Amino acid sequence: MATLPVPAEEIIARFGPSLNFPPPEGYPGRDEPDAVVKTHCCFCGMQCGIQLLVKDNRIVGFEPWEEFPFNEGRLCPKGVQRYLQNNHPDRLLDPIGRVEGKGFRTLDWDAAMERVVSEIQRIQGQYGNDAFAMLSGVSLTNEKSYLVGKFARIALKTKNLDYNGRLCMVSAGAGNKKAFGLDRASNNYSDLAHAEVVMICGTNVSETFPTLTHWIWQARDNGAKLIVVDPRLTPIARTADLHLPIRPGCDSALYGAILHQLIKHGWLDHDFIANHTSGFEEAKKAVESYDLEWAERTTGIAKEKILLAAQWWGPAKTSFLLHARGIEHQSKGVENVLACINLVLATGRIGKPYCGYATITGQGNGQGGREHGHKCDQLPGNRDIENPEHRKYISGVWGIDEKDLPGKGLTAYELVEAIHRGEIKGLLSICFNPLVSLPNNNMVREALEKLEYYVAIDFFLNETARHADLILPGSLHEEEDGTVTTAEGRVVRIRKAINPPGNARTDTSILLEIAKRLGAENYFTYGSSEEIFNELRVASKGGTADYFGITYQKIEDNMGVFWPCPSEDHPGTPRLWEDRKFKTPDGRAHFHGVPFREPAEIADADYPVILTTGRVVSQYLSGTQTRRIGKLVQQYPEPLLEIHPKLAARFGIKDRELVRVVTRRGSAEFPAQLVETIREDTVFVPYHWPGRKSVNQLTSGNLDPISKIPEFKVSACRLEPLGRQAPPAEETKAYASA
Amino acid sequence: MNTTTFRTDQEFFLDPQRCIGCHACEMACAECETNGQIGMIHVDYVDRYFTPQTSVQICMHCLDPVCAKVCPADAITKDEFGIVHSANTARCIACSNCVDACPFGVPKKIEPMDLMMKCNMCYDRTSAGKKPMCATVCPSGALYYGTREEMRERRPNSEPVNQFTFGKQIVKTKVNIMMPKGSTVLVVDDE
Repeated sequence: MATLPVPAEEIIARFGPSLNFPPPEGYPGRDEPDAVVKTHCCFCGMQCGIQLLVKDNRIVGFEPWEEFPFNEGRLCPKGVQRYLQNNHPDRLLDPIGRVEGKGFRTLDWDAAMERVVSEIQRIQGQYGNDAFAMLSGVSLTNEKSYLVGKFARIALKTKNLDYNGRLCMVSAGAGNKKAFGLDRASNNYSDLAHAEVVMICGTNVSETFPTLTHWIWQARDNGAKLIVVDPRLTPIARTADLHLPIRPGCDSALYGAILHQLIKHGWLDHDFIANHTSGFEEAKKAVESYDLEWAERTTGIAKEKILLAAQWWGPAKTSFLLHARGIEHQSKGVENVLACINLVLATGRIGKPYCGYATITGQGNGQGGREHGHKCDQLPGNRDIENPEHRKYISGVWGIDEKDLPGKGLTAYELVEAIHRGEIKGLLSICFNPLVSLPNNNMVREALEKLEYYVAIDFFLNETARHADLILPGSLHEEEDGTVTTAEGRVVRIRKAINPPGNARTDTSILLEIAKRLGAENYFTYGSSEEIFNELRVASKGGTADYFGITYQKIEDNMGVFWPCPSEDHPGTPRLWEDRKFKTPDGRAHFHGVPFREPAEIADADYPVILTTGRVVSQYLSGTQTRRIGKLVQQYPEPLLEIHPKLAARFGIKDRELVRVVTRRGSAEFPAQLVETIREDTVFVPYHWPGRKSVNQLTSGNLDPISKIPEFKVSACRLEPLGRQAPPAEETKAYASA
Repeated sequence: MNTTTFRTDQEFFLDPQRCIGCHACEMACAECETNGQIGMIHVDYVDRYFTPQTSVQICMHCLDPVCAKVCPADAITKDEFGIVHSANTARCIACSNCVDACPFGVPKKIEPMDLMMKCNMCYDRTSAGKKPMCATVCPSGALYYGTREEMRERRPNSEPVNQFTFGKQIVKTKVNIMMPKGSTVLVVDDE
C-alpha cells in the first residue's frame, strides 16, 4: 500500500519540510568546539573542503578549510549553510510505519526489520526476485555505493538496482566510454589556468558549481577567451567573451558546425588524428553539409558567432572544454557529448598541460558512485555486468557462484515504468527522491501508489518516502566515515564528526542488518567503512576505474588521490592520456559520426514554446536537504517562469503574473519573471520544488537510447496567463508544497 | 589591542564585476556571533530585467571616514590599522547620520536593536591573522583578501584603485576596487 496514509498537508505539518534557522547568537559551543573536523561539503561534485565545528555530538558551525587544494576555503551559500541540515527539527529519529488514516507511527528497530524482511521474502516468493527493486543515489560515499551494489545483487538477489545518477552523469559516462574507453574527467581543474580558450557547454557553472568559477576566471585573468553555450545569459555567460544562446535541443548541430569549420580551415592536428584516433572520416562525413547558414537556421545562433567560436577554438595552442547537464539531459545526450569530444580530438588538445576536457559531474559522489556497481548494468571498477570475465572476477571477490550474480536490470525511469505496469511490486530506496527529481512525475506518483510494499531509508521524510510503508532513519553525511570521488576524479575522505542522533542508525549498519536477516550475513562482515573500502580496492583492481593503490592513509597524506591508481607505489593520475594509451579496444581515441537529429518533442501549433529546466544557486537537487534550510529557501523562495519580454508580450503576460504552463504530461502555475536574458522562444523553470510547484509534472520521459537519461532540457509547452498577480512567495510556501 | 596579530601586508580587494550573486558572502558574514545572523555585506541585482549582474558592497573603510565625522555621539572610530569600526553599542544613538552620509551606502540602522551596524572587516578574524569570512568563502574572487603581490600575479590585467571622486569630493579608502590596468581613480559622479 503505497498511497499516502493521510493528506500530504498533515504529513508536512509533522515531518516538514520546515525551515531551520540558527539562533541569532549562533549555536553554543562554537568558540570552544570539542572537535574541528576536516571533511567535505555534502552537496555537489566539487566536494569543497570544509571544517565542521562539533560540540556535544552536534554540528554547531563551520570554518573554511583553506588548505584543501581545490577550493582553498571558498564556498557557495549551500556550503556555508550546509551545517544546518544537522540539528534539524525534521530529522527522523526512529523507524516509522504507515497507518492508514492515521499517518505514521513509531516502531522499534527489531519490529521494523522483521517487517521489511518478511515483505521482501513475501514479494520475492510470490512474484520472483526481480519483482523487488532498489533505487539508490550518489550522495552516498564510495563505500556505501559499493555496498549497495553488492547488497542488491547478493542479499536482495535482484537485478533491478539503479540510481539517481541516471538523471545526472550517464550521458557523459557513456560518451566518454565510447570515445576514450574510460569514464572520468580527463584533467583536473588546475589545467584551466593557462588554457587559451575555455568553452563551457550547457553548464550554469556559477549557480551549480560556484567554486569552479574561480578556476575559469583564473584562465580569463591570464588572457583566455571564454565561450559559453547556453539558452540563457547565466552569471558565467554574462562575463563570457562569446555567448552562444543556443535553441534547446540543438547542441550537436552547433558542435557539428564548428567541426565543419575546423575541417574547412585546416585547424586540425593531423598527426594526432592519424596516430592516436580512429573514426575521423565518419565524423567528417556527418558534418559535410553543416555550413554556417544551416547552423544558424538550426541552432538559432547568429552565424558570425559560430564562426568566431571556431576561429578561436581551431588554432589555439591550449584549450579546455567543459560540459554538463545542459547538453547531457537530452534524448541525444550521448551524441551531444560525442560531438564535443570530436572538437577536442580534432585539435589534438588532450593529455597535455592546459589541454583539457571534462564533464562537470553533478552530484557529491557522482563520479565514484557511478563506478563501483551502483548502476543496473555495472560491477565494481566500472566493469560490465554482462561481460563473462568481469562477472567471474567480481564473483571471485565476493565469494559467490557466478550463476547467482544477477544480470542487467532496468534503468531508473524504466524501473518506475515497470512498477507502473505492475511488474515490480516492492521497492527499497535510499538517497533518492524520484517524486521530485524524475520527469513526468504524475506517472511516478501513480507508480508509487501501485507498490505492494515500499521501504525507504532516509534522514528526512522526503516527498517520495511519504508513500512508503516503512521508513528507516538513516544517517547524514557527517555521521559516517568514507570516501567520495570528486568531479576531477580525486578520491577524498569524508570524516565522521558525530553519531546519528536518537535511534537513527548509519546507512551502512541498516543495510548490513537487512543483509543479515535475509541470510547473507557471511558476505557482509565489515567492521568499518575502511574495510569496505579495502574490499572495493580489490574489486576495482584491473578495471578502468582502478582504486587498488589508494588507501585511507594515502588520501590523508596527499589531500586526495586521483584514480586510476593501480598500485600502492603509484602516485595517482591527475591528468589522463599523457601516454596516449586510450582504454578503447584498439588503444585509440574514437571520433564518432554525429548527424544532427531533432529533440524528441519539438514546438508545434498546440505547444508553441520550448520549456527548459535547471537549477538555482541556493538549492540542491530535489531539495530534501536545502528546502529545509531557512536562508537558502529565502534566497530563492519559489520557482519562477523566466520569460523574455517579447514572448511575454505575445501572450499578454505581465511580470509576477501567474502563468499556467501546460505540456502533454500536465500543467503547473508559476509567477512570470520577465527578463531579457533568455531566448525569445524558450521559457525556463528551476526544478527543486515538490508537489504543485514541481516543474517535473511537465517534463517528459523521453530517454536517450544509450544512456537512458531523460530529456529534462526540452519540452514543448503552451502558456496560459491567469490574469492575476502571484501572491507573495512567503504565502506560497513552495518549499513545502503538497 | 596590544595582542593583535593584524597583518598589515594584507589588503582587501573588491571586484564587483566578478560577483555571481550567490550570496555566500552575506551568509558567511551573518554567521559571526556579533552580527546576530545579519549580514553586513550587501549583494543586489543591478537590474534583473536586463542582466543577471549583481553588485556586492562592503564597507570601504575610508581613510577619512565621513560616517565618523558626522556621528554626534562619537560612536564610530578608526583604529591604527585603518579599520573603521561599527558603532560602539554604548554610544550609538541610532540617529542615522552615518547611514545618510556614507558615499557607498554601507551602514544600516538595524531597527530591532536600534543600532547602526556595519562591516568591521571581521576584526575578530583579521586581528588574529585570519582573512575576513566573506573574502575567504567568495567563490568567484569578487572579494579577495591578500597581498598586493598576490593580486598582481593573479590578475595581471587589473589594477587596484582606492580613490573615488563624487563630484568635487575625493574619497580615499583602505579597501581597493579592481579596475582595468592603468586606472588610477574611479569617477562615480563627475557632475
